[in-house]
Amino acid sequence: MAFDKMELRDIEVWDGNFAAAQALRQCQVDVVSAYPITPSTPIVEGYAKFKADNYVEGEFVMVESEHAAMSGCIGAAAAGGRVATATSSQGLALMAETLYQASGMRLPIVLNIVNRALAAPLNVNGDHSDMYMARDSGWIQFDAYCPQEAYDLNFIAFKVSEDHDVRIPAIVNQDGFMTSHTAQGVKTMDDDTAYGFVGEYKPMNDMLDFEYPVTHGVQTEEDWHFEHKARQHNDMMTIVPDKIDAAFAEFEKLTGRKYNQIEEYSMEDADVAVVCMGTSVETAREVALEMREKGIKAGVVGIRVFRPFPFAKIAEVLKDVKAVAALDRSAPGGTAGALFNEIAGALFNTDSKMLLSGYIYGLGGRDLTKKHLVDLYTELQANADAGKVLTKQQQFIGVRGPKLAYL
Amino acid sequence: MSEMKKIKNLKEFSTSADRFEGANLLCPGCAHSIIVREVLNATNDDLVLAASTGCLEVCTAVYPYTSWDASWIHIGFENSSTAISGAEAMYKALKTKGRLKQPDRNPKFVAFGGDGASYDIGFQWISGCMERNHDMMYVVLDNEVYANTGGQRSSSTPIGASATTTPAGSISYGETRNKKDMMGIMAAHNIPYAAQVAPNKWKDMVKKIQKGFATEGAVFINAVSPCTTEWKFDPKDTMMLADLATDSLVFPLYEIIDGHELNITYRPKNVVPVEEYLAAQGRFKHLFKDEYKYLIKEWQERVDANWAYLNRREEARV
Repeated sequence: MAFDKMELRDIEVWDGNFAAAQALRQCQVDVVSAYPITPSTPIVEGYAKFKADNYVEGEFVMVESEHAAMSGCIGAAAAGGRVATATSSQGLALMAETLYQASGMRLPIVLNIVNRALAAPLNVNGDHSDMYMARDSGWIQFDAYCPQEAYDLNFIAFKVSEDHDVRIPAIVNQDGFMTSHTAQGVKTMDDDTAYGFVGEYKPMNDMLDFEYPVTHGVQTEEDWHFEHKARQHNDMMTIVPDKIDAAFAEFEKLTGRKYNQIEEYSMEDADVAVVCMGTSVETAREVALEMREKGIKAGVVGIRVFRPFPFAKIAEVLKDVKAVAALDRSAPGGTAGALFNEIAGALFNTDSKMLLSGYIYGLGGRDLTKKHLVDLYTELQANADAGKVLTKQQQFIGVRGPKLAYL
Repeated sequence: MSEMKKIKNLKEFSTSADRFEGANLLCPGCAHSIIVREVLNATNDDLVLAASTGCLEVCTAVYPYTSWDASWIHIGFENSSTAISGAEAMYKALKTKGRLKQPDRNPKFVAFGGDGASYDIGFQWISGCMERNHDMMYVVLDNEVYANTGGQRSSSTPIGASATTTPAGSISYGETRNKKDMMGIMAAHNIPYAAQVAPNKWKDMVKKIQKGFATEGAVFINAVSPCTTEWKFDPKDTMMLADLATDSLVFPLYEIIDGHELNITYRPKNVVPVEEYLAAQGRFKHLFKDEYKYLIKEWQERVDANWAYLNRREEARV
C-alpha cells in the first residue's frame, strides 16, 4: 500500500513540535523508535497520527524507555535506513549511554531534543541543561530558535548526518514550550521538494546486506580506542563544518532561507554583543535594535551549530567587539558556563582585547525579559567604556534573592 | 516460511558451515560457543545477530577481528534485544518500501545475552521486545553468574552458590535468594514461543530453535550454559555438567506455547539426585559441610516441587 502525500499550504501555522513531526514525515523516515516525554511528546504523537492516516510508510516502534528508543534507533540505523527520534530532559539523560554508542558506531540518526531542565527539582520547562549534557557525546548539534527553524534544520540534519563522508548522528534542539508549543507561521516545502532535498537513503555497512556481513560495535582497548575517538573528532573538526555549509547553501538555493553556523545580527560595527542560543536570540535581537536607538552599538550572535563548535567564526565576529556577554541557560555546576568557556577558548591567544562576562539565566523556564537584556547591554557598555569588566565574571540574572555573582 | 535445515546426526550437525568461528577468546570448555553454534547451525537462512556486553561479546569481536560471519551488532549491556528489534523494524520498513537489497531472503533476527544482561540489567528491554512481539528470538546464555566481570551474583544465581558478591564464609552459605523464574515471566507476556534448552540435548535444542525460527513473533530461549570458570569444574566436563543439570531436573527442558500450553520435552530415564549436580561444582562445595546439608535437602525438595508444578501445568494446558 503506497502512502498518501499531504497537501500543505505555502505557510502553515505550526508549533515547533508539529513542524519537526512534519519534517520527519516529509523525509520518509524508515524507522522511528521513540518514547514520549514532555515537551517533545507531540513530535512522536504527530508522527504516530501520520502513520495511522497512511502518510508515512516506515515503522513506528513505541518502546518502553528513552534508552530503548535510542537502542532501537541504533539497531535500525545499523540495519541500513533513515532513522529518527525525539526526546527531552530526563529522557535524554536516560539515553546518555546510547548517545555515545550511536556516535562511536558512526551511525546517522536524527534526534530532536525539545530542550527542558534536568531534575532535581523536577521541572518540565525549557532550559539548555539537556543540550549541554549531550555536548561531549560526539553528535552534531543544531539549534533552532523558532518553529520554522525546527522544520528546516531537520532536513539539513538528515542531509549532513547521512553523508557517507560524515556518518555522525545529529541533534536538532528547540526550546521547550517557547518554541515547541508556540504556533507560528512556517513556510513549507511540498512533499516532493522536501524529500528531494534529503534524497533516498544510501546504505553503508548495512546489516541487511547479506552478501557482506558486518560486525558493528566492537571491543577496543588501549590498542585502538584512542584512534577511533581521534578520527571521530577529526571528522567533526575537518569534514563536518564544510558539509554543514554546503547543506545550508543548497537549502538556501531551494527555499531562499539562509542559515549560518553562527547567526550574526547587527554585528558589523558592534561595540557590545550578546552570544546566546534558542528563543533568547530573537529577544536579544529586538533589544539590540532598541539599544542602538539609544546610541549603544549592540549586536547579537546566535549559535546555530553548537557542535562542532564554530571557533574560528566566533573569533572572527567577536575580535573587534569591546564587551561580550555569554548567556548560558544551564546550571554551570561549579565552573563557568559552557558558552563562556567556548568563547574564551575561541578568543584566547588572539590579539583581541574583547572583555567577556558570563550570565546564567532562564533555568527551569524562567523568562528572560527585554528589561534583563537592556540592563545587560548597559552593563556591557559600561565595561567597554571602562576598558575592564566592572562586575564579577559570572552573574545570575532573573533569580530571586540577593544578587549572585562569582569568579 | 523458508525450508528448515535437516539435521539427522551429530556429525552432520557439527560439520555444518560455521557462521560463528572457532577463532574466539572464550574459555576452553565454555558452553556459550557450543550453544551459539547449535542455534546458528539450526538454519541455512541469513542471520542478523546481536549480543549484549558480556563473555560472548568481548570474546568474539575484538577489533580488528571478528568471529562472526553474519551481520552482528553489539551496543551495550542491556540492549541487545532492542538492537535486534530495531534491525527487525528496519527490515519490515524496507520490505514494505521495496528497498531490500536481497528481497528473496528470509532473515532471522537473534539476540544473545548472558543472565546478567537478561535477568537483571536488560530485563525491561527484553520485556519491551516480547510485549511488542517483534519477529525475533532472544537467547539467554544462562550461566547463573556475571562471569565476564569475575563471578558476581545475578538474579539467576541459585541459593547456596558462592559468588564473589555473595561469597560463602564462616557465617555465610553464599547466595540466599532463589533463581528468578525467567521462563515463567517471559511466557506471561503471552509470546508465541518460549523454551528452555541445554547444549547436551542438542536434538531437543535444534527442534526448539527451528520451531522458534518458524514462529512469527517473539521467541524467548533460556539455555543453560555450564561455566567452567565460575561453577568451578574441569573444562573437559562441560557436557557432563549439562547432563547433570538436565537429568537432575535442576534445568528441566520444556516449552511454553502462546503463554499457556506447556510441554515437557525431555523426561530423564534415570533422574539423578540434585546432590550429584551440586557435588560436581566448586561453587557449591561448602554446602557439603554438616551445618549446610539441610540446604541440599531443600534443593532437592525445590527441584521436585518445580517438576511437579511443570507436570501439572502440562496436564492442565493452562
